[in-house]
Order: sequence, then structure tokens, then C-alpha cells
Amino acid sequence: MRSLIHAEWTKFRTVRGWIVGMLLAIPLTVLIGLLGPATSNFSCAGPNGESCAGRNPPTGPGDIPVIDAFTFVHRTLTGDGSITARVAALPDNAEPWAKAGVILKQGTEPGSSYAAVLLTGHHGVRMQHNYTEDVAGPSSNQDSQWLRLSRKGDSLTGEVSLDGERWVTISTVQLGLGERVQAGMFVSSPQHVEINRSFGGVDATGGLTLATTTFDEVRTDGDWSADWQGADVGGSPDDATGFTESGGEFTITGTGDIVPITPSLGSLGKTVESTLIGVFAGLIAVLVVATMFVTSEFRRGLVRTSLAANPRRGQLLAAKAVVIGSVSFVVGVVAAAITIPVVENLEVAKGFFLFPTSTLTELRVIGGTGLLFAVSAVLAVAVGTLLRRGGGTVTVVIVGIVLPYLLAIASMLPPGPADWLTTVTPAAAFALQQTAVEYPQVASDYVTADGFFPLSPAGGFAVLCVYAAVAVGFAFAALRRRDA
Amino acid sequence: MEATIEVAGLRKRFGGTTALDGMTFTVGAGQVTGFVGPNGAGKSTTMRVVLGLDAADSGHALVGGRRYRELSRPLTHVGSLLDAGALQPSRSARNHLLWLAHSQGLAARRVDEVIEITGLGSAAKRKAGGFSLGMRQRLGIAAALLGDPPVLMLDEPFNGMDPEGIIWMRTFLRQKAAEGRAVLVSSHLMSELQDTADHLVVVGRGKVIADASVAELIAAASGDRVTLRTTARQPAMTVLARAGAVVTVDGADTITIAGLPAATVIALLTDGGVPFTEVSAHRASLEEAYMELTREAAEFRAGER
Repeated sequence: MRSLIHAEWTKFRTVRGWIVGMLLAIPLTVLIGLLGPATSNFSCAGPNGESCAGRNPPTGPGDIPVIDAFTFVHRTLTGDGSITARVAALPDNAEPWAKAGVILKQGTEPGSSYAAVLLTGHHGVRMQHNYTEDVAGPSSNQDSQWLRLSRKGDSLTGEVSLDGERWVTISTVQLGLGERVQAGMFVSSPQHVEINRSFGGVDATGGLTLATTTFDEVRTDGDWSADWQGADVGGSPDDATGFTESGGEFTITGTGDIVPITPSLGSLGKTVESTLIGVFAGLIAVLVVATMFVTSEFRRGLVRTSLAANPRRGQLLAAKAVVIGSVSFVVGVVAAAITIPVVENLEVAKGFFLFPTSTLTELRVIGGTGLLFAVSAVLAVAVGTLLRRGGGTVTVVIVGIVLPYLLAIASMLPPGPADWLTTVTPAAAFALQQTAVEYPQVASDYVTADGFFPLSPAGGFAVLCVYAAVAVGFAFAALRRRDA
Repeated sequence: MEATIEVAGLRKRFGGTTALDGMTFTVGAGQVTGFVGPNGAGKSTTMRVVLGLDAADSGHALVGGRRYRELSRPLTHVGSLLDAGALQPSRSARNHLLWLAHSQGLAARRVDEVIEITGLGSAAKRKAGGFSLGMRQRLGIAAALLGDPPVLMLDEPFNGMDPEGIIWMRTFLRQKAAEGRAVLVSSHLMSELQDTADHLVVVGRGKVIADASVAELIAAASGDRVTLRTTARQPAMTVLARAGAVVTVDGADTITIAGLPAATVIALLTDGGVPFTEVSAHRASLEEAYMELTREAAEFRAGER
């Protein structure tokens, strides 16, 4: 078997066209990746020349870009303490993720750490902290609920009560916010967005929303500063935000949201996978070479020489798969490893911001591109063995792997068909590149076109592997059965 | 390994066509065996079955007593040339040999050796796609020699060769047989095998028509005839006819005698005082022998329809 792999490797490296074709995958991936940011020009400036909000969003813990905008009625809390308030339910027509509740926050600067207990428009009572963390509390239809947030050392506990007497703990989290924190009540209401996706296009409408609710029976324990102050954290775009107080009852109107930013239509944020948009072109080059590597032998009758040199036919197929799979893997890894930093540099220079990813995730994306190339190439080898025709094989593998991805990613399809395509076709393996994180507590579109695949990276890759395994099985059977 | 090819009772149909119809023969060591028959007689199919490329419907083919598919490093057991055109055109001749060598675990040194033996020389660095058919045949021979195998099996190796190449090929085949190898060479032209083959397997319609040494075949085709050249035609005919021979006139001074060996003819003429200039045992050419054999096959074919 080792000498057979050596032979197949010699076969591969001694045809210059195949080497060139494989190497071509690298610049193709880089250049098409650069095409996006290179051709996009936007000017984005506020009335006084400051850069606009979307351009340099605040970053929360872990450098993740966040939206941190809400109406904050606060006092300074030093050391341990708690705040309790009865919060009236948000009106039925509120945004599902409009929020009203009590919060402890490092400071009033957007992006600072916090923990909050809150009521939402349609998603019940919850305890959230540091933008990405979210725990749901018991659900209730009551007109108002008591919320309490207390801290002891770095321990923050959120509780909810229907009558102000019997309390249910939602969660306790460990969070170092410093000795002095800003604490109090807040209201936020996210942008209303409606996106219509149909065959061939996207149509988005949306706008600012406001939410208003009342807080009473406010009680604070611990060392609190004197007066309640109002603040529009993150800067309010609407004059209607603010608060009034009469007889211990606070009426607060707010807009905005306290969430991590997710990649979506119109966002200026770029994910790692968005730099790899050219991978499909590199993959086409790899698929063509992988196909030729097999079908040219059938075309010339060279397969008889190969089989005379090794009559164990399954081994021949395996050796071809190993060689072309390994070469494709290396090409995919190199292409991704070059493309990501090169395209990111240009994106930053053009004024986009980047979603941060851990080194581990980035390695998974780079390795994943290698795996995508490798297993796709093996699939092409198997299909080529079955069909024995170059043209037919290239058509089948491109229509099977690349086309569904392009249809799904190019906003050409409504989300349903796009999800379906990236679930049941080998294109599901493009999920290996996904770094965009989907948060259940963040209302967003989460469509394939924005980098959200229906399957997990491993799940999507498994779909491709199943296709490849079945094709290899059929190819193996056909090769064994057929006269050469 | 024993240097033999053994083919027994091979039958194979492609759709409605019978390609092999009980093909049976053995190729022995130390001689060149010609595998002759018209196009479509089943020569190439037989070779593909021997190499395990095609599966026979029944019968078996063994190389050195073993099935080809059971051989490890098969090119060290059997060197074969089926189709000289089976090449990746953009790969150089040397690299073609190199991957084959690697598939058998052989070193690159062996590649240079067979390039030398087959006279490919500097052409080995060129793309095989630009080779003439003759050059491709040499490359195919080089590939067959890579594993230094005791058995060689070549399908139509003379095709496309220039006269110099044909002479080289004959010398090469004789030399390989002299080294004790079993050499099976197919051809649809008997003349190519004249002076090359020791033994002939003549096939037609998927089965063996004749399996004999070249000497036997020629003797059979020549019959018991003697050609006589004489100025005294009439007295000669009288003397010989009296002795029981069948005499036919070929020309003004040439007659052919059937039924008497040459020595008896000379004795009768000398005793009878008939002058003559030449007595020779008639020797059919291999071509004639072949034509005679395949004519029967052709007639059989016509009769069957």
C-alpha cells in the first residue's frame, strides 16, 4: 500500500497542469476574498465629522463588539448591597426583546461589564450578564413582578418574586465589577427589523422603537450615594428617552439594547468566514484537478496499466484518495491561512470592524477549509471512478458541493430553501468555516447568507463525509466488478 | 517463479458476441511464442484475462501457476504491453516509468536501466504525448522490463515500428527467450513473427486453431512435395510416375512431385539417366502455413452462417 501511494503521488506530481491547477486554488481564494472589501466604499460620518456608530462599536469583555445602549437611572453602590424594585410588565406591543429591570454595571461607559435581572417584551424574566450570558427565570403573566439583584463580594444573585415576599433565585454568577459600581433601573428596546427574503433578493425595513414602563417599591440595601441620576448609556438617538419620578414611582422610557452584535445584513462587522468567500473558487480548481487525476486514466486506458501494476483495485482507489485528499488538505489549509489575514487587513483599512475569534476557532476554520477540500476531492475521485468522464464528473461535484453553497450564501434564496440546501447537500460542510455565534437571547436573522449554517461545523462536515463514503463505496464496487 | 503462462478453457461473452470460446494453450519458458490470428480472434481479450483486467465467464489463466490477482509486485512476475497509447500525454516517458517503478517498490536506477535497454535515451525526458507509435512501443517495452520479470506478454509490439525498430524488436525478443524467459507476442501478421517465434498459437474466433512449433507448422503446410528443375521434363515425369509419384508441371523446366521424398527422386533420376539441375524439398513460408490454417477457419465461419 505504501508503494502504491508513492506511485500515485509520483503520478500526481509529474503532470504540471495538475500542480498548477492545485496551486491556483490559493490565489483564487485570496483574490476573490479581497474582491468584497476592495470594491466596497462607504463614507460614514456623523454630523460633526465623528465616525458613525456602526463603524467602531463598543467592545465588551473578550473584545466582542456589543450594542450597549439603554436609559439608566442609577446611583453609585460601594461594596456589597442589593436593589429591589417592582417592575410593571412591558406592554403587549413592545418588542419581544425590549428589556426593563435592575442592573449593576461597572460604569456608564458602553461595553463595561454588568449583571441584570430583567423583564422582556415576550421572553419572560431573565438574568443576563456581560452581553452573552443569559438565564431564563420562571414565567408569569402577572402585570408586575418584583426583581432583586444583590451582590456579596463577586457573587451576584438575581431573584424574582410575584408578591414581594416569596423569592425565586434565577441564577448566581461570579463577576468582578470593582468596589464602586453604578446600579439602578434600566429600560431598553431594540430596533424593529423586518427582513423579507425571497427568491432573488432581500428587502429590509426597520426603525427605532421605544419602551416605557414603571418601577416602584424601590428599595436599596448597602452603601448607596444620594440621588438617582438619569443617563442615556451609549447616547440616545431620541429625545423621548428619560425618566420621571413621582412619589417613589419611576417611569422610564428607553431605546437601544444590551447585546453582542451578530453578523447580519448591513452590519459593518466582518467575520473570519466572510474573508473566506473565495474558498468556493479554490474548491472548484481542486475539484477539477481531483477529477482529472482519475478520469484521465480511464480516458487514456492508463487505468489498465495501473491495475496491472496493482491488481488490488480497492487499494488503487484508496491510494488515489489518500494522495489527492492530502494534497487538497494542504492546499485548503494554506489558502485559508493566507487569505484570512490578508483580507482582514484590507477590511480594517476599509473601515470595517472584525468580530474577534479565539485562536482555536481560527485554527478550526483553517483546518476545516483543508478538510472541506480534502473530502470534496475524495468525493470527486469516487464520482470520477463511477462516471469515468471528466466533464460529467466535474459537473456533478460542482453542482453538488459548490452550487448549493453559492445559492445559499448569495441571498438568492429565502431562508427555508437555503437552510435545506446547506443541510442535505455536501455544501453543508461549509459550516466548518462558521465562527459567527448565534445567541438565543439576541433577536437577529441568523441566515446562511450571514454565515449562520443550519448545522454545526462537525455536523455539516459529517454530511459531506457521508456523501464521500457512499460514493467511495459505490466506486469501489464498480471498480471491482467492471472489466478494466 | 516458473516462467509459464497457462490458459485453460477461457470463455467470455461481451453482450451477444463470443470473444473467447474455450481458449486453451500454454506458453513455455525459453522460447518466443507467437500468438497469431486475425483481428477480433480474441488475442487481446485473452491477455487482459491473464492480467486480471477482464474476468472470464469460465476457465482460468495462470502465470507461473498462480492467478495474476494473487501476485504481489506483479510487474516482477509478468511484464506486459497491452496498449502503447495508454499514457498521460503531458507526463514525460521517464516519469511514466518512475511511477510504475514506485508502484513495485523499485528504485529510480532501474528506470534509467530500462531506458538504456530500450534505446529511449534522451527522448525519455520529453512528454510521452509527442511520441511516435514506434517510440511508444519502446516505452511500453521499457515498462514491461521494469520488474525484470520471467514472463513477458506483448500485444502487437511491432505496430508502428520502422524497419530498424522491427529488427531491434526481433533481436530483443530472441534475447529474452534465450535468457530463459517465457515470451508471448501477439500479432495479426504472421510475417512479423517469421524468424522470431519458436512456437505458434494460432487462434480464430476465440479458440486455438493450431498450437505447434514453427517447424511442425511449416512441415505440415509444405506436405511431402519436391520441386525438380530439369531440361528433360518428359523423361523425368515418366520415370517418376512409374515409381508412383503424382507429378504436376509448374513451368517449362520445373515440375512438382508429391508422394516421394527428395532422396528417392534423386536415386530414380540417376538410375534412369535423366539429367537435372536442381532437386529441392518444397518449403512453405510461415505466411502460407498461416493462410492455410486461417482459410479453414474462415471457411468454417462462412459455413456456419
